[in-house]
Amino acid sequence: MATTPNKLTSPQKDAQQGFVYLPLIAGWLVPGAGHFLLRKWGRGALLAVSILGMFSIGIALQGKLYGGAHDILDMLGLAGDLGNGMLYFVSRALGLGADQIQVTTADYGTRFIVVAGLLNVIAAVDAHNLRTGRKA
Amino acid sequence: MTHFPAVLLFALFASVVFGITQRETPQRMVRYGVYCFILFAGSAVVLSWVMFLIAR
Repeated sequence: MATTPNKLTSPQKDAQQGFVYLPLIAGWLVPGAGHFLLRKWGRGALLAVSILGMFSIGIALQGKLYGGAHDILDMLGLAGDLGNGMLYFVSRALGLGADQIQVTTADYGTRFIVVAGLLNVIAAVDAHNLRTGRKA
Repeated sequence: MTHFPAVLLFALFASVVFGITQRETPQRMVRYGVYCFILFAGSAVVLSWVMFLIAR
């Protein structure tokens, strides 16, 4: 059910003010942050746990963090990894993740990390849709 | 971690995100999340049996 602008409650009004792309950018940089900015605490927490969990399992399985694009598959992997936002940059800075896949489970870990990034992008776009009123 | 727990965790996390982002009301989010989870986990089991039978 759509809510008309003149019937917004005070917290909703606060959430609707400011830079329109802020939930999108915050949601990309920190999983769930876009929803937290919009006071969707439950949804944000579930998204954060899911994406952080998936990324952490990927790192624990010694998944590869793509550092450069040497061919088309590397480029796609890097694009997926970049979807993790700050998680990717912090992990790269800390030297987490493997440079080369050396064990069988690391292949699964690599996919977990890439998919976590793609899910984070979906979550950030969802926060943007909530902010613009495209989604209730 | 073995293959099957990895599949279940993958299905769980992806289903939670799909449910929240692709539906609008909490009830429909839960239903869609469960639907996605069953499809993820179920298709993995079915494909595993198919590959097992092909490899015999």
